[in-house]
Amino acid sequence: MQDTLAPPIQDTLAPPIQLEDLSYTVDGAVILDDVDLTVAPREIVAVMGRSGTGKTTILRLIMRLIKPTAGRIRINGEDITDLREHDLARIRADMGMVFQGAALFDSLTVAENVGFALVEHRLLPADEIPGRVRDLLDMVDMARTEHLLPAQLSGGMRKRVGIARALAQRPAIVLYDEPTAGLDPISAAAIDDLIVRLREQVDVTSMIVSHDVRSLRRVADRAAVLHQGRFLAVDAIERLEHSRDPAVRQFLSGSPDGPMTEEPQMLNGG
Amino acid sequence: MFAALDFTGDSFLLLLRALTYPLRGRVGLRRTVQQMAVAGADSLPIVSVTLFFVGLAWGWNTAGQMVRFGATSYYGGTTALAIARELAPALCGVVVAARVGSAFAAELGTMTVTEQVDALRALAVNPVYYLVVPRLAACVVMLPILTVVAIASGLLGAFVMALHFGVSVGEYMSSVQRFLDNTEFFGGIAKTLVFGLIIAIVGCRQGLRTTGGAAGVGRATISAVVLTIVLIYVTNLFLTAAIFGR
Repeated sequence: MQDTLAPPIQDTLAPPIQLEDLSYTVDGAVILDDVDLTVAPREIVAVMGRSGTGKTTILRLIMRLIKPTAGRIRINGEDITDLREHDLARIRADMGMVFQGAALFDSLTVAENVGFALVEHRLLPADEIPGRVRDLLDMVDMARTEHLLPAQLSGGMRKRVGIARALAQRPAIVLYDEPTAGLDPISAAAIDDLIVRLREQVDVTSMIVSHDVRSLRRVADRAAVLHQGRFLAVDAIERLEHSRDPAVRQFLSGSPDGPMTEEPQMLNGG
Repeated sequence: MFAALDFTGDSFLLLLRALTYPLRGRVGLRRTVQQMAVAGADSLPIVSVTLFFVGLAWGWNTAGQMVRFGATSYYGGTTALAIARELAPALCGVVVAARVGSAFAAELGTMTVTEQVDALRALAVNPVYYLVVPRLAACVVMLPILTVVAIASGLLGAFVMALHFGVSVGEYMSSVQRFLDNTEFFGGIAKTLVFGLIIAIVGCRQGLRTTGGAAGVGRATISAVVLTIVLIYVTNLFLTAAIFGR
């Protein structure tokens, strides 16, 4: 970890992420139905569930890229549910999001992608930005790729650049959408290590959407299992494996037989 | 009907949101200059060629008739009026709509479906400021400049035909000067300010509203070009009536 990433300042009294009775409906399809979740400071919480159950929707709601149909979203104690786009910029500046497909700006180089927020918000003097970008790329094992374009990177490399970009503003909260999907086991383990290191060294609170149970066992303090718009259970993965809910046990064991059989609703990839 | 209202309201709101930034002195100069190169400098050859050949065709149709009726002293003037008032502004708008409006829709559409627009928002950067404002500014600045070039190209094409049909250089030039006053010249140019707004806002709006992957980007691009061209033709009529009267 680089020493340039100092611990962010955050209100330790309020939970970084709090979802209250959160619902989200699109064209009559209920994606989320009265979801509650509180994430403590420095905690790493995973949201698991079958593809198309609305896991990504939860992250998009927390980032307020979309607005919930009902319920409240609080970030560091502040209710952001009804904030306008202009006011949300202040909240988002303290958060980072790693998109499933990385969502790198394809007309910009790796260095320009990673330093994007630093340049746009003038967070650092121009001559210090290349150094910070190098530190961030070192951190995700992407040194000496500054000049490359996203099209020249593999999927795993793009994802790591996406993580470096999300961390550039030193966010207190980082949201990961399928951070290890499509990665080889070694790259996936490196990303898992990075997520844990960010918590240990700079007190980042993390929320991870994934169905990679093996990866989540390594990093998540707690996991929530999403099914039919509701959390079936929220607990440590070791305890979830012995849950009395057969759907939870089925998901964690990966068995094709069980209550999780109906077709999921596809939305935003997950 | 609902779709038309949705499009009109949405485009108008996007224009208002975009205009708030220049009014506060925020344009994003570097990005605007980049877009000016795309919308303006790169469009120069196609605009020049289009209007040159329109001038030739116009001359082919009218110069012979004028010579036959002994009205050669009117050839340059009527040609200049047609080109400066209508042909150059409208065709310049259509060419830029096809070339640049489609590029705006395709680029922003691709950014939307690949979550790059969401990534901008997640990085606390407003997509309207970052993506729409520079394109809007570039179109509004560059379209009048392109139209000046278009008028010159059209007049040059008509001049070639004048020579072909035996209209003298002096007669052509003096006729142009007699008819083409400041009102005629700048009236036509003024229309392209509105066309620039239409091209940028419709292209960006269709791009930012794209859904459905690559096919959606294709649909957004087609709809941006069609809507822009229709809006330019319709707006042109009202602007002509407002600027030049009866």
